[in-house]
Amino acid sequence: MTAPLVEVEGLEKRFELRRAAGLRRVRRELQAVAGVSFAIARGETLGLVGESGCGKSTTGRLLLRLLAPSSGVIRFDGREIQHLSERELRPLRRRMGIVFQDPWSALDPRMTIEEIVTEPLVVHGVGDRASRRRRAAALLERVGLARIHADRYPHEFSGGQRQRIGIARALALEPEFLVCDEPVSALDVSIRAQILNLLLDLQRELGLCCLFISHDLGVVRYVSDRVAVMYLGKIVEIAPTARLYGRPLHPYTQALLSAVPIPRPGRRPRILLEGDPPSPLAPPPGCRFHTRCPRAFAPCAHIEPELVEVAPGHRVACHLHTPARATGGAA
Amino acid sequence: MAVRAEAAVADRAPAEETVRRRATVARRLLRHRLFVVGALLFACVLTVALFADLLIAVDPNRISIRNKFKPPGSEWLLGTDNFGRSLWSRVAKGAQLSLAIGFGVVLLNAFFGTLIGLLAGYFRVLDDILMRIMDAFMAFPVILLAIGIAAALGPGSVNAVIALAVVYTPRTARIVRASVLVVREQAYVEAARAMGAGHARILFRHVLPNCLAPLIVQLTFIFAYAVLSEAVLSFLGLGAEPPTPSWGNMIAEGRQYIREAPWITLVPGFALAITVLGLNLLGDGLRDVLDPRLKVQQ
Repeated sequence: MTAPLVEVEGLEKRFELRRAAGLRRVRRELQAVAGVSFAIARGETLGLVGESGCGKSTTGRLLLRLLAPSSGVIRFDGREIQHLSERELRPLRRRMGIVFQDPWSALDPRMTIEEIVTEPLVVHGVGDRASRRRRAAALLERVGLARIHADRYPHEFSGGQRQRIGIARALALEPEFLVCDEPVSALDVSIRAQILNLLLDLQRELGLCCLFISHDLGVVRYVSDRVAVMYLGKIVEIAPTARLYGRPLHPYTQALLSAVPIPRPGRRPRILLEGDPPSPLAPPPGCRFHTRCPRAFAPCAHIEPELVEVAPGHRVACHLHTPARATGGAA
Repeated sequence: MAVRAEAAVADRAPAEETVRRRATVARRLLRHRLFVVGALLFACVLTVALFADLLIAVDPNRISIRNKFKPPGSEWLLGTDNFGRSLWSRVAKGAQLSLAIGFGVVLLNAFFGTLIGLLAGYFRVLDDILMRIMDAFMAFPVILLAIGIAAALGPGSVNAVIALAVVYTPRTARIVRASVLVVREQAYVEAARAMGAGHARILFRHVLPNCLAPLIVQLTFIFAYAVLSEAVLSFLGLGAEPPTPSWGNMIAEGRQYIREAPWITLVPGFALAITVLGLNLLGDGLRDVLDPRLKVQQ
């Protein structure tokens, strides 16, 4: 594998929640991302899955520095970017893009499609008006829209078309790194395959490095080279796609996979998780999953398991797969 | 891939019946009956104000004792006052003044209200300070505060404009701030940040245009209030100084003769009522069309 384009180490993000309680102000901390480390190589797609509220989207926004991390290191093309100012980030922003979940709020309703798609070029002072216009037409064509759509407004388009426009905008500056934040979960099932195929084609064509965030395991499997599973702000398992889906090791991953509908039901047992994930305001001690884990045993409630490599490229954070020894210091 | 091609066709928007946003807004406004009535009323007043000098035959300040207290009729269109001055001339010139002051207040108010609202809503550190100052202004009854400021600045139209702009700015700032708070959370603002756009671009290219609808509605009402409040100020002797005709001081001067010559007060009173009614209907129509969220369920 080549040197990673994007790399994070011990990434943490805490949000401070302030709530007025009478005359006092109560401060509480929500730990959205609690020490996450991974790397994505050039041209590789890493899928990030987990329940809602587990910190997937926050992680994506941290990588793009739309949020500032509370601690940890973010490296982009070998350069640490976690503490760069907005001004210093500007040249790097040319090399990153994002596709949003909700195609209805992702496009400014007061701008024409051409203005939307060329805005990144305007912001970075690329080309003149005529060349930008040509570029917009080319981009629209590339994502499957017609040139004549350029002068229309977003409200004239369907969800799938809007998502195509959002993708065109994200690609306008030919980024190397793209964060796709649930790009198809707001779309009708009939449109999903088109958008996924479009993203796949573009990835291959442009050699994009991609973080693909989704709660849909089927979708992630389709587009990702590797998959990371997140639970309550932590990565519990990360492995190459085929391996993760073939031999999931973490009980949480197993439960998630057993919940994916398959063509022939009844062939395998479903693992039903009980209850909701614990609140990130008060994560449980030890393994964060032990409160819902069907296979929890003695150390789980006290000792936090570390992410350890169990096979090449396959890392898992679970006491079942880490012989009890080395975990003593991690409590 | 057959499925893909098929679905792609379904995904195309109906290309022929593309309707432009602006065209629809205009059409919906014209279909709004009260808006049309309001627009016509306001257009009348505006026409009189714009062409006042062409429409009047007699100097509004020409005194003619011989012709005093003439009732409206064929000789004097709207009658004359206690100095025999033509009320038509005076009310037309008064319209000029009232609308000029209204515009002045709206312009100043739009500028400062938008600026404060944008800053408070977008830069959250400024929010508390700015909005508490606005709250302090809003704690006073509007007209009382306007009288206080106008009295401190002294009489005169310019001072009236300043006083009224000051008292109405907090309202506009609040409305703009509320819209900004909604718009700043939209994904397109985050998209702009992600592409490296600066604060100025985000504020003026994305946030402001999407806050415009409630702002326009608000400014229409501010216009109406400003015209009304200016009349109050000049009625109290704080606005335009006599003999310059303004609707407020015309009412004030006619007050003593209200039994013998009621038209002296009724004429400017009607002018005021028509203007304010027109603007309010205009504002209601704009609100219904541009900002339907504010509409009260009927």
